[in-house]
Amino acid sequence: MANVQGMAEATGAGWRDRLFSAGARCALPVYVLLAAGFLAPLVTVVAFSFATPRSFDAFRSFTLANYAAIFDPANTVWLSFAWSIALAATAVLILLLVAYPIAYGLARVFGRWAGLISLLFVFPLFVSENIRLYGWVLFFIRGGVLDGTLGYVGLSAPDVLYTVGATLFGMVYVYLPFMLFPMTLGLSTVPRDLIEAARDMGASRLQIWREIELPLAMPGVLIGVLLCFVLSVGAVAEAKILGGQSIIVITHDIEIAFTYAQNWPLGSALAVLLMLVVGGLTLAVIGRIDLDRILGRR
Amino acid sequence: MTRPEPALALAAADAMAREPILRLSGIAKRFGTVAAVDGVDLVVPEGEFLTIVGPSGCGKTTLLRILAGLEQPGDGAIVLRGQVINDLPPNRRPTCLVFQSLALFPHKTVGENIAFPLKMKGVSPAACETRSRELMRMMRLPDAYFTRNVTRCSGGERQRVALARAFAYDPDVLFFDEPLSALDYKLKKLLEKELKDIHKETGKTFIYITHSLEEAMVMSDRIAVMRSGRIVQVGTPEEIYTSPANRFVAEFMGEVNVLAVRRRPDGLYAADETLGPFRVAGAAPSEGYIVVRPEFLRIVGDGAEAENVIAGKLYNSYSLGSRMQYRVRAGDRLLIVEQSRAAAATPQIDSDVVVGWDSRDALFIDD
Repeated sequence: MANVQGMAEATGAGWRDRLFSAGARCALPVYVLLAAGFLAPLVTVVAFSFATPRSFDAFRSFTLANYAAIFDPANTVWLSFAWSIALAATAVLILLLVAYPIAYGLARVFGRWAGLISLLFVFPLFVSENIRLYGWVLFFIRGGVLDGTLGYVGLSAPDVLYTVGATLFGMVYVYLPFMLFPMTLGLSTVPRDLIEAARDMGASRLQIWREIELPLAMPGVLIGVLLCFVLSVGAVAEAKILGGQSIIVITHDIEIAFTYAQNWPLGSALAVLLMLVVGGLTLAVIGRIDLDRILGRR
Repeated sequence: MTRPEPALALAAADAMAREPILRLSGIAKRFGTVAAVDGVDLVVPEGEFLTIVGPSGCGKTTLLRILAGLEQPGDGAIVLRGQVINDLPPNRRPTCLVFQSLALFPHKTVGENIAFPLKMKGVSPAACETRSRELMRMMRLPDAYFTRNVTRCSGGERQRVALARAFAYDPDVLFFDEPLSALDYKLKKLLEKELKDIHKETGKTFIYITHSLEEAMVMSDRIAVMRSGRIVQVGTPEEIYTSPANRFVAEFMGEVNVLAVRRRPDGLYAADETLGPFRVAGAAPSEGYIVVRPEFLRIVGDGAEAENVIAGKLYNSYSLGSRMQYRVRAGDRLLIVEQSRAAAATPQIDSDVVVGWDSRDALFIDD
């Protein structure tokens, strides 16, 4: 009897020890930061999504009216969702194709030039994204850099600005570093020995790529894919500036709800849905690919 | 010309049968201004276990990489079964290299690793599995390991997986780049013998490189000692041990006593005014080195005599298990003496001792 009580006390003490252990105390600032900077806004947005439409009654009212409005068959906002996801998926695909050769070069071929070349890819990040996009507008616009230059030789530039293609181009351009660097990191973690060993044991270049290089670089590639997908789905400037609102993406709808329409509850409901869709897709992708297996931890 | 004698014809047929599997002539490779491999000639008969030993940086790894096709030779020819294979890429060479790191694929299971070369050849999955399991049994890997990830295998097990994978490729020649160097001493000793047994069982040609002559001694049919990109001596372990071609090989063999000596007018040899005279067995040039292995150097006095003697002070003594080692300071030299523990009667440290050897136990090297 006394023994059982002693054990209960011991486990109680263990629990308290864990809560106030050195590790937990060191992590406290991070917990506070996450709670204040990440969790609180999220909770607020979720709360707003359940507030009376066109009000600021978060936490004081509860209604599903905002969601009902979105799922109303007459509402075409699903088109914006579809555009956002389709554009992001396409951008990620193009980024994969564009970034892989560059990443391969940075990891294996360029040698001591790799540092300088990576710097060139980082450089545009020092300039605001909007300004860079307006730069491209000046480049592509009728009478702009491209059109004007071609004009000298009696040609005229095709009308590419304010199209879906221009939006896609903007996304690929802006998010290239976010695909390139995780990918490069992934590729450079593949030991050269393994590639040589595979080649020594009869593997062709294609077989090496499929059997060794790609699976081992996959963690880096996946991180790049996730980063770029999430960023592209959340992108708003490309569709507005380069796309010229030829299509409306979901982020644009959310922005309109929060600003011009002053309907925060509707904007919040859209934001929550976007988070759920992106989160669901992301988890589905990660769930299908076993990172532990790829990293050889199992 | 008359017809060759029957005996000669037989000898010729014999030579044909023993046509070397691998013949290297004038292999050279430069990295910038440094000659990593500087003209290597070597003939390897089929089924031999040849070990190339040398200190780090002697070019042995580069030589092996050239043989495997991972590096292009700057000069020379690699002839495999009578065909020059210089331009054959590694994936089309019938050779396989076991890397120092083993280069096992961390994202694959033991079974997938072993089956890799078979899969690359387009062997059916069922046949891959049968052969892999067969090789696992040959390497004495537990059957249950087939589905285990290689990263969860121990050092010795990974060694066996790498070997099984190399055999799955079924190469004519297997190359080994110090695959045992990362293992602890006991396991290394065990695997050395295992590798020699596997060589005997399979009858394949093995070319092994290591910086440890001890390792080479245990396993090899022949040893090639390499220095600064060149091969300085090739021979059986016995030949290398008993008649090293030069001082480098003698010293590479392990701890030896080397005395630089010169012939005196009276025909005896002396190191300098204080050291000598020494007798040398047989005819020897006027200048060279007397090499005495520690086990042939003994502490004299108390009835024990020796042909050649040096007086000194016992610097320190070391227990090597079954043997004792002593270091004796004579002038500015430290002489190494080893005796069996049973025979040893350790003198006091810093006491005066006389060490000696008989001329027939010493080597005379002129280079």
